[in-house]
Amino acid sequence: MSLIIENLTVRHGAITAIDSLSFRVNERELAAVIGANGAGKTTLLRTLSGLNEPIGGSVTWHGESILHTKPEDLVRRGILHVSDGKTVIPELSVKENLALGGLWRKDKKDVVVATDEVIDLFPRLGERLTQSADTLSGGERQMLAIGRALISRPKLLLLDEPSLGLAPLIIDQIFQTLDSLRHKLGLTVVLVEQNAMSALGIADTGIIINLGKLVTVGKSNDLKSDPNLRAAYLGY
Amino acid sequence: MRLFSTLLIGLSSGAIYSLMALALVLVWRSTRVVNFAQAGQAIASTYIGYLVISRTDNYWLALPVALVAGALIGALVDVALIRTLNKRVKSGPAAEMAPVIVTLGLLGLIRSTVGMIWGGDLKAYKAPVTNHGFTFGTTTIPFSPYNLLIVITAVIVMAVFSIIFQKTNLGLSLRAAAFQPEIARLAGVRVDLVRTIGWAFAGGAGAVAGVLVTPSNSLSPNSLDLLLVLGFVGAVIGGLESLLGAAIGGVVLGIGLAFILEYVSTSLAFPSAFIVLILVLLIKPSGILGKKGGRGA
Repeated sequence: MSLIIENLTVRHGAITAIDSLSFRVNERELAAVIGANGAGKTTLLRTLSGLNEPIGGSVTWHGESILHTKPEDLVRRGILHVSDGKTVIPELSVKENLALGGLWRKDKKDVVVATDEVIDLFPRLGERLTQSADTLSGGERQMLAIGRALISRPKLLLLDEPSLGLAPLIIDQIFQTLDSLRHKLGLTVVLVEQNAMSALGIADTGIIINLGKLVTVGKSNDLKSDPNLRAAYLGY
Repeated sequence: MRLFSTLLIGLSSGAIYSLMALALVLVWRSTRVVNFAQAGQAIASTYIGYLVISRTDNYWLALPVALVAGALIGALVDVALIRTLNKRVKSGPAAEMAPVIVTLGLLGLIRSTVGMIWGGDLKAYKAPVTNHGFTFGTTTIPFSPYNLLIVITAVIVMAVFSIIFQKTNLGLSLRAAAFQPEIARLAGVRVDLVRTIGWAFAGGAGAVAGVLVTPSNSLSPNSLDLLLVLGFVGAVIGGLESLLGAAIGGVVLGIGLAFILEYVSTSLAFPSAFIVLILVLLIKPSGILGKKGGRGA
């Protein structure tokens, strides 16, 4: 029971964004995918969530292929992708953004429970329910995006650069929340980050990629202390 | 009295422009297509309404039948043409232009098909209530019970739309899919299906506009072309993105045209609609309600 990626290859026109990439993430594990700008991190997540089509390779989750499937169908299988940048719909209110996460679910009682849990977790969203999502700060938007995903009761969470554009203090907060959430909910997480130190700080496994190719996979503690990797890819 | 009556006449024709504007905005903001075929979809639905009226003499049966037909035609256009086109042409200038050209071609196709089935001659059907103006004492104003009925019907359609969009899960899906389709999909919204429903709503609104306007004019395969243009002007006045804007834009245009017709010149009325269109686009492209983003309810 895990996420298994084998020889995955994705192209954007003439550019090979992901080049025969293989790795696996065990259930309930948090894997941090680290790499510089243009390494193919975002393309990887977009392919896992059905937004991009690969030209080769396979990806299975719980033994079943998840490739060539629409994002909205993957959501129904518990695979939730929190994309970077505009992760919220600014034209809708905070409440409506959260409600989107539960629209497709049949168990409406649990949607109410899940929504209450999210508001307990992020009280600032609770104070701003009727405000337009446009008025939120960067950190609050990230909370809203994660909150919306949680209301869908995810099993596999794909997170794209949650630290992007946030102040260091907020980044720490978001990562701490992620760490406790995934233990509490038993989530499997693929976290894509440029902020290697924060990501490896909460990850079980680190996966370093460069120009779409795998550089190395290892326990995050081992990677953090490898002097060569630190100089070349981790940037600290 | 003349002022008041001109205002009322403007409100009545504006209500119809609003419905057409609504139809265009619904499609534009969810699919980014300026749907020229809307006039064709509406004319086909209106002829279906005409068929019902000529068989049963019942306007109140024709209106819902035309509405449903319009919705089905709208959904069909999206599923059969636009969705397929978007899958086949994904990027480049063709991706932006192709759907618009297709709707233009479809407009011609529907008009000639309608002409082949029902002939090109002018048809007419009577309003369900009198089209003679209300009389106060000795004065009769142009505003008639039928004009009042148009306003009431348009208000009901818009109220239903507004409840669906603001208060229901379907409405939330429709808005999310229109504003940020990718995020909507990642949240589980079936964007393709929701878009088709948007096209169906638009088709229904256009059909109601067609059935409402016909008793005052006559019906021919291209009798709704002007309405398409005026609906588009109304939509632009309202900022193209907002349903409320479309409703207000249509009414503003209707009242403006009524005043020019009454006080200035009949020959200037329609040219001035285009002057308004150009002025709005030059001075305030986001429309009278537009903020910087210009998107809203």
